[in-house]
Parts: sequence; structure tokens; C-alpha cells
Amino acid sequence: MKTQEQPQRGKVDPAHLYQAYNKARNKEKLYVLITRILLLVVFLGLWEVAGRLKWIDVFLFSYPSKILKLLYDKAIDGSLFPHIGVTVAETIAGFVLGTLSGLILATLIWWSPFLARVLDPYLVVLNSLPKVALGPLFIVALGSGILSIIATILSITVIITTLVIYTAFKEVDPNYVKVVRIFGATRTQSFLKVILPASFPAIISTLKVNVGLAWVGVIVGEFLVAKEGLGYLIIYGFQVFNFTLVISSLFIIAAVATIMYQIVAAIESRIVKKR
Amino acid sequence: MANAVEVHNVSHVYVNEHGAKLALGQIQLNVEAGEFVALVGPSGCGKTTLLSIIAGLIEPSEGTVRLFGQPVAGPTPRVGYMLQQDYLFPWRTIRDNILIGLEVMGQLTPIKREYALQLLDEMGLSAHAGSYPSELSGGMRQRVALVRTLATEPDILFLDEPFSALDFQTKLQLENLIYETLRKHRKTALLVTHDIAEAIAMSNRVIILAPNPGTVYQEVDIPASLAELLPTDAREQDGFQPYFRQVWQAFVQMERSKQPL
Repeated sequence: MKTQEQPQRGKVDPAHLYQAYNKARNKEKLYVLITRILLLVVFLGLWEVAGRLKWIDVFLFSYPSKILKLLYDKAIDGSLFPHIGVTVAETIAGFVLGTLSGLILATLIWWSPFLARVLDPYLVVLNSLPKVALGPLFIVALGSGILSIIATILSITVIITTLVIYTAFKEVDPNYVKVVRIFGATRTQSFLKVILPASFPAIISTLKVNVGLAWVGVIVGEFLVAKEGLGYLIIYGFQVFNFTLVISSLFIIAAVATIMYQIVAAIESRIVKKR
Repeated sequence: MANAVEVHNVSHVYVNEHGAKLALGQIQLNVEAGEFVALVGPSGCGKTTLLSIIAGLIEPSEGTVRLFGQPVAGPTPRVGYMLQQDYLFPWRTIRDNILIGLEVMGQLTPIKREYALQLLDEMGLSAHAGSYPSELSGGMRQRVALVRTLATEPDILFLDEPFSALDFQTKLQLENLIYETLRKHRKTALLVTHDIAEAIAMSNRVIILAPNPGTVYQEVDIPASLAELLPTDAREQDGFQPYFRQVWQAFVQMERSKQPL
């Protein structure tokens, strides 16, 4: 048989093209980064100027250097960190409890198709209900303290977690289960060796959603009952008309929530990357 | 020789809210130990249902199945099963994938582990033991699935169209490989396929099933002169075409008899 002759390479050099491609990519990355920073600087700068020149009502909107000074003062006198600590602890507790309860509930209804059918309409109703409306009930039942705040987070996260994870369980290709059933796997083994690991990507993505929801829950909970925490600072700032305090708290919440989200994203890429 | 598989009068009905459908009607078939039997038939003839029943995954509505003389009451370690696709677990390395059977059976001893890894080596895949399935080609993955099936040392293998998802060249290579491997390890095999040439090239006997409900239509014995050859060699033999035609004719007749008058 005759094999085709290699065509003359001419001037085409793959290594060179790859270099050029990389160069172009890095350049674009740099532009994206520069534009991002520029956007932030312009926004903060305009805000600062607008505040100082009284284009906007400083009492309502404050401006960056004022916010920074407040944060700095509060950091120095140590009155800021307890608030951050309390809120972060509540968020993490609620997030972990909410995710775990959702996972356990999803497992239960996967285990018993009968239970799944029984609970279906209740889950739908609970999912549609604005859970924040349960706040007053939590205060009455659990007192105005950390328990009510965690209950608020749970009420927001558990149902959606259950539904998402249960759906992931159901969507696992039955042939994967067939593989282990041939080897005589019990239902527990099918669950632990197939259903659960196959659903990890879905479980991780609910973690990401739950970080956001846990923050909603904790702030709403603190609005309702707290004596400390970032949500409390916002309400307190609002009551004493100190909007610099309100915006400062928002800054911290944005920063801490982003860090938590990044931690979950890092866990995700570690687990899911291999697939 | 003793029968590895005895299917006696097996019928199966699928029932759901829309009604009941007879999938298999009084199937009667035997597979001798060491034999390679192919089941062919058009889609809807209940091939996979029949395999699932023999493997103990589904209980038949009627009839009995014996494996090596024992009535089937559920999955047994004597059966290995290969599916249409590899269904390797993407979250496990190749090494962990081939050990899943032993793990589930609670038999993960160093000796059995060694045996599984040796099988992997036989397939020329030991370099990939630490890789994940997504890093392997379709043919390699199906070879890993074969190792996973053989690792628990089953006596009989059920092959449920294991080549249907592969490209033609890979399919031919894998046919040869599975044929040789099963011969070497002296396994009995029951191959389900819709590919007539594949059925003839690989087996000692071809059983043709008719659809709606699935029934045994005809059995064709393949002579040793073909059955002893590697599938790719068998396909080239002069004696191959007549058998192909015979099975094809059976399909045509079957189709005709189903036509309303």
C-alpha cells in the first residue's frame, strides 16, 4: 500500500504558532485585569469625588474614605471583630447544618419511594413558601438568639438542598447501579458506591448555592433578633442614621461571603477536576 | 457435559399503568459449559430482558432458570455481565474501577487484587491503572470493563451488545480480544447482539429470537471449523457467508410472517 507523502512543511511551525497563541491569550488576560481594576478605581473615585463635592447626599451614601476610616477605627478599637466572628460562626453553622439535613432528607426519600411520593406536595409547598415569613414563629419558639438565626438559615437552605440532591440521586444512570447489582450489591452498597459519588458534582453545586442562601438567612435572622453581628450593625446603623456604618457592614459581608464562596469553589475543583 | 444455563418455559410480562405487555413467551434454551452462544434478534425481542432474568436481576413472571444446576434467586458471583457501554465510574481510577466487584463482594484480598491487576496487564493497560476513565479511549474503556467483569472470576459471562458503542475497527479488535480471553480462561459465554456477522464469527451456536413476544425462532449450529477461529479470521472463511445468509433468511422470513395478510 502506498502511504501518502508528508506535505512540505513550508513556513508553518506548530511551536511558533503555539507561542503566538499563548502570547495573544496572556495579552487578553492582562487587558481584562486592567479593565477590571480601572472600573473599580473609577467607581470608587467618582463616589469619593461626588461625596466630597456634595453631588450626592453624604448622609445617605457616604463615600469610600469615610467608610475606610470607620472600618479602621472599629478595627483598632476591636469592636468590629466580634461582630464578624459571630456572623461568620452563625453562617457556617447554618450552612453546614442546612446542607447536612438536606443531604439526609434527600437520602431518606431516595431510600423510600413511598415516602418520596407522600412528601412530594409538602416539599413543593414548602419550597414555594417565602421562608423568611416564618421568622416571627422562630422567635416565639426558639427565643431571640442564635437558635432563631440558625433556624432562619435552615428554613431557607434545607428544602432546596433536599430537592436538588434528590433529583441528582434520581438522575444517576440506572446502568451504573446495574454494574454493582450484578456483583450482588445491597441497596446500601449501591447508595454508597454509586449513587452518592455520582451525585457529588450536584452536591457541590448546592454547597455553592447554600453559601449565598446562608448569608441571606443570617442577615435576615440578625435583622430580626440579634444583639451583635454584621446584620445587627446594619440595622443599628439604620436606626441611628449612620449609613456609613451600614455601607461598611455591606463591604465586610461582600468580602467574607466571597472568601467562603471561593473556599467551596476550591473544594469543587479538587473533587470534580479528576472526572 | 453439564448445562451452564437452563432456561425452562420462561415468560415475562411487564406491567405498568398503561397495561401489561408480554415481553418473553415461553423461552426454552440451554447453554453448555464452555460453549459460546449468541442471541440475535430484531429490537423488541426481549434480548436484554432475557439476560437480566438469567442473571437474576429480574424475576420472570413464569418459568424457571438454572445456572449450573442451581435455581436462580438473585445475582450470583458465578455470573459476569458486560453492558452496552463500559459504565466505568468516572470518579474512580482504572485500578479502583476493576476492583469494584471484589469490593462489593467483600473479597478484596491481596491475592484477588493481584489477579485483577494481572488481568489489566494482559489487556495491555497496566500503565493506565492510575488514570481516570475520561483519559482513555472507548476501546480501552471497554477492555477495562472486561477486566472488571473477569476480576471476580465468574464462570459464565453475559455480553449484552458490548461492542455496539464502538467504531468498527475497535469493535473487531475487541471481538478478537474477548474471544481469546474467554477461551483462555475457559469461560462460558452468552452474547446478545443485533449484528449477525458478529454472532456467527464469535459463537458455537446462534439462537435467533423473534419479537413481540420474544420467542426462540431458530437455532443455528456453527461448525468447529469457524468457531475455532478468531472472529476476524472466521469472517474471511468461505464457509462464513452461507451461515450469514441462513441467519439473514431467518430474519426475512420472520419479518414476512409478522406482516398482516
